Amino acid sequence: MNLRISTAPHIHHPVTTKRLMIYVLLALLPATGVGIYAFGLPALLLIAISCLTAVLCELIWQKAAKKPVRISDCSALVTGLILALNLPANAPWWLAVIGSAFAILLVKQLFGGLGDNFLNPAMAARAVLLASWPVHMTRYVAPTFFSGVDAVTAATPLSTKSAELMDLFLGTIPGCIGEVSKVAILVGLLILLFTRTVTWHIPFTMVASVFVFSFLFGLGNEEEPLMFALYSILSGGVLFGAVFMATDYVTTPMTPVGQMIYAAGIGLIVAVIRNFGAYPEGVTYGILLMNIATPLIDRFLPRKIYGYQKEGKKA
Amino acid sequence: MSEERMSLGKVIKNGIITENPTFRLVLGTCPTLAVTTSAINGLGMGAAATFVLICSNLVISLLRNFIPDKVRIPAFIVVICTFVTMVQLLMQAFVPSLYDALGIFIPLIVVNCIILARAEAFASKNGPVASACDGLGMGMGFTIALVIMGAIRELIGNGSVFGMNVLGNSYEPMLLIVLASGGFLSYGLLLGIFNLIVKKSEEKRKRKEAEAA
Repeated sequence: MNLRISTAPHIHHPVTTKRLMIYVLLALLPATGVGIYAFGLPALLLIAISCLTAVLCELIWQKAAKKPVRISDCSALVTGLILALNLPANAPWWLAVIGSAFAILLVKQLFGGLGDNFLNPAMAARAVLLASWPVHMTRYVAPTFFSGVDAVTAATPLSTKSAELMDLFLGTIPGCIGEVSKVAILVGLLILLFTRTVTWHIPFTMVASVFVFSFLFGLGNEEEPLMFALYSILSGGVLFGAVFMATDYVTTPMTPVGQMIYAAGIGLIVAVIRNFGAYPEGVTYGILLMNIATPLIDRFLPRKIYGYQKEGKKA
Repeated sequence: MSEERMSLGKVIKNGIITENPTFRLVLGTCPTLAVTTSAINGLGMGAAATFVLICSNLVISLLRNFIPDKVRIPAFIVVICTFVTMVQLLMQAFVPSLYDALGIFIPLIVVNCIILARAEAFASKNGPVASACDGLGMGMGFTIALVIMGAIRELIGNGSVFGMNVLGNSYEPMLLIVLASGGFLSYGLLLGIFNLIVKKSEEKRKRKEAEAA
């Protein structure tokens, strides 16, 4: 008889990496669907190429490094999909290939694979693409909604401040594939919260932080600071970043307090870059910088140690 | 005699591969990251540093019995400074375009830690011929590393090697790789690849020795 002996605690729980990743994929589905509906075939192709490259790179690396092949946990698929949703719909196909390969090979696998990467892979890949091919990464098209009109290139409303709040919310504005429709992103957030894949701390704190700091920075310069602050959280990648990218388990602090400090820091950096920096958008850099600060936050916050309590406190 | 020559060859090989200053000792990283935006810049920087290395190693080795131990570092720096000034004036006179491209990094050869490290670790303890060979080997190792890195960064970031267009006009260069962050990125990757190759070849050699024994 084959008896397996192991030490306590014996925890049985259905949550596995694969299950979590499938929840994330499910939550990304509305944003992906709206993106494909809004931008048509080019968006679909870009998403397919990006996902395929990510999974292939992971497979090739794990085969070459003689490590167990773990592509079935879907984490590479999530990275590829998030990266594609961060690209403008008319980006050339090789941009998705290079971005996915960079995210998986350099950011994730070179540092030890899932769980050991110190940066969010998709986010780091986006920063690399943005610095390398700025023209391709900032040439947005307005959504066509299969209307038969050829795509019209346009500036992001972030730099022109021309869109109505309702358009921003519904997603009838130029932008990256996944970030345009805020409704779809909020549906995704509900799925993540409902399946307990993420807690409210990071997404809500980050959006609130962008709102507060935009309001403060807008006090002197804008006619209606409140509207400006609303515009700030609805435009660009704030919501998409807050829901899908700032919440990556590996690169965020452990404790809820740490997570809120982390998210507030992202919001501050986003507002500073948008209002005082040379770039129209700062979500990418905000998340990357706070990813790097994560070990510091974890180190300087008091930790709860399992099975241990301070003297003088009642059980 | 033959033994002497073999050990000199070993000293040179030591500088190029076993103790390659850039990839094994990780010395002189500042010029490595800064000037390798093109292959020709890497070659110029490597040649200038090699000249200074050979000359300063030779002179310091000759003076090693006359320099008091307590003031040896200032004395080494004075010797190194002399040769750097010579290189700087020569480059300004004969290759002004390269002189402009390298800019502040030519006078900064004075504080290049490869040169001071070899003066301290090798030239102050060995004879003049061996010291000059050590300077040659280290300088060649540095130059080879800079040219490889410069060529790769120029190829990816500009589509050319030594100023010649290689990848054609339809190639869209990856700007990041010639920026500062691209320098760190390519340096880290090359460092890893070089060490992997050295490790693999050493393992192979050891296995062969074990089989022979």
